[in-house]
Amino acid sequence: MATTRAPLRRFADYAVLAVLAFLFVLPVLYLLLGSLKPSGEVLNGLSGFLPTHLSFDNYAHVLDALNSDSTGYFWRFMGISLLVAFVVVTGGLFVNSMAAYGMSRLKWRGREAVFTLVLLLMLVPFESLAVPLFYMFNEQRNTIYIQAIPFVANAFSVYQFHTFFRSIPPSIEEAARLDGAGPWRTFFAIIVPMSKPVFASVAILTFLTQWGSFLWPVLMVSDPSVRPLPLEMSVFQGQQPPDWGQILAFGVLLVLPVLIVFAFFQRWFVQGVASSAVKG
Amino acid sequence: MKTVEPVDPLDPAPAAAPDREHSPPMTAVRTARSTPSGTRNRPRNRDWLHGLLMSAPAVAGLVAFVGVPFGYAVVLSFYNVRLGSPLAPSFFGLEQYRRLFTDPDLSGPFLRALLNNLTFAVVVVPLQTGLALALAILLNRKLKAIGLFRSLFFMPVVFPMTLVAVIWRLILARSDQGLLNSALHAVSFGNWGAFDWLGDSATAMASVIVLSVWQGVGFQMVILLAGLQQIPGELYEAAELDRATAWQQFRHVTLPGIRGTLVFVATLTSVLSFRVFDQVYVLIHGGGLDEDATRTVMYQAVTTAFDQNNIGQASAITVVFFLIVVALTLIQRRVVRPDNED
Repeated sequence: MATTRAPLRRFADYAVLAVLAFLFVLPVLYLLLGSLKPSGEVLNGLSGFLPTHLSFDNYAHVLDALNSDSTGYFWRFMGISLLVAFVVVTGGLFVNSMAAYGMSRLKWRGREAVFTLVLLLMLVPFESLAVPLFYMFNEQRNTIYIQAIPFVANAFSVYQFHTFFRSIPPSIEEAARLDGAGPWRTFFAIIVPMSKPVFASVAILTFLTQWGSFLWPVLMVSDPSVRPLPLEMSVFQGQQPPDWGQILAFGVLLVLPVLIVFAFFQRWFVQGVASSAVKG
Repeated sequence: MKTVEPVDPLDPAPAAAPDREHSPPMTAVRTARSTPSGTRNRPRNRDWLHGLLMSAPAVAGLVAFVGVPFGYAVVLSFYNVRLGSPLAPSFFGLEQYRRLFTDPDLSGPFLRALLNNLTFAVVVVPLQTGLALALAILLNRKLKAIGLFRSLFFMPVVFPMTLVAVIWRLILARSDQGLLNSALHAVSFGNWGAFDWLGDSATAMASVIVLSVWQGVGFQMVILLAGLQQIPGELYEAAELDRATAWQQFRHVTLPGIRGTLVFVATLTSVLSFRVFDQVYVLIHGGGLDEDATRTVMYQAVTTAFDQNNIGQASAITVVFFLIVVALTLIQRRVVRPDNED
């Protein structure tokens, strides 16, 4: 857009961007600084932003406090969350992409009806299923698998893959199939490798949703030995009086894995979102 | 639940595509039939089997963990079921629904929740879509460090809502030590007192809206940015040769160029804004957020089920809510469609 722009205009662009970015980053900055400050200085007016008395003590305290059988172990909470997210993301990529391929590129009677059903199920908010799901799986409470299995099949992921696969030129598949490759080989050897952006985008979205998942663990998990990290955060936060420095340190540790995943996939992610939202 | 789940299935992209996509497999079948060797025929004809097998795991999972529970919710809504009650569930007919709309004790909070949901959606959809568009346009320039800015605006999207709630609880804390209060105190030379942003029913919803937009807008921004980048640069060059002003360029090049994307984003935002739950729940339980001014329908369903142990009533709320969401999606589709057929 901006091919030849006056320096003044360019300066104005930067100024507007900088002000907006500053407002957006303030809460994040507050989180980071607060996590490094003694607790008394966090909720302390504007001086909460002063970088004084910085140390990693809060982090050490969080890890120390959550390091016994009665409180549970911090690394175990994180391990549970990572394991659940891993199962949901990898399992989801596999079954949802396969289903989308079956529904978008193979012709069979009833596939339109099945896909419509998927779209309809996409409208059901998870919160509205919490009540019946809780009722149905009461016996499976406090297990790890019940935290993951219900979220592997995901209507929105199927929809995203479906949208992407449909935009692949049919000539690519035809060539493979004339060479004698069946639908499974065509899918795994030809389609999957060329669909990296949508896989990355679905993986990130699923991971984000799963990592923040709160309501389901609240209902299904009471035992600290299978408790995921966000749930532990709300337990940790409930202490009286609240130790804000430690709570914010806990928050940083909670968001760190997501930031790492995001940094790793970012390039594909933007492409993937683009391809699934914007018609090419 | 995060920003990112549902999307209107009826958005323009999928609507446009089936014709494009139906013909190729047909031609594939035809070429297969026309080849003289009969062996080629068999694998093609068994596409239905492979298609079914490939779809089966995901469809089975969706039926088991979405379809069946939803049907179960419908059934439960016709019963008087209470958690932990020694009494067996008894058939209740439409009583739960009648109470929801006519029993003052129940219909009061429920209708309030509906109203709150509506307020949230009516403010957030234009606000968040507009802000996302503004950010996307600002970022769609060949400036240095644009990637850095994009990451900064997107960063809150990766924050779990439980964490967002904690951060904003401190920013909006009601004591004069709260960040916003002390900032106001400083700029007004001490003339503005401390506000209870979350606890005051006048500002509670606004607070929830601000933190929700902060957390979510980066996602819409990325989608819109992708849409903007698909507009050919020559269009802008041509517009500049015609001495079009910046506004005219926006009106006649940018907007038409991203109309599809914009509709997609607005639909996505409205579906998401209807299921708002996490931030409200976390901030009411231990954040001092005013309950009556911010309860949403999903909040109402969950608290009815698990705080009041009234499963039947909660199921009825769920079913009514689902019907409303479907109805709104259909209406939105009708409203948006005529615009969109270009």
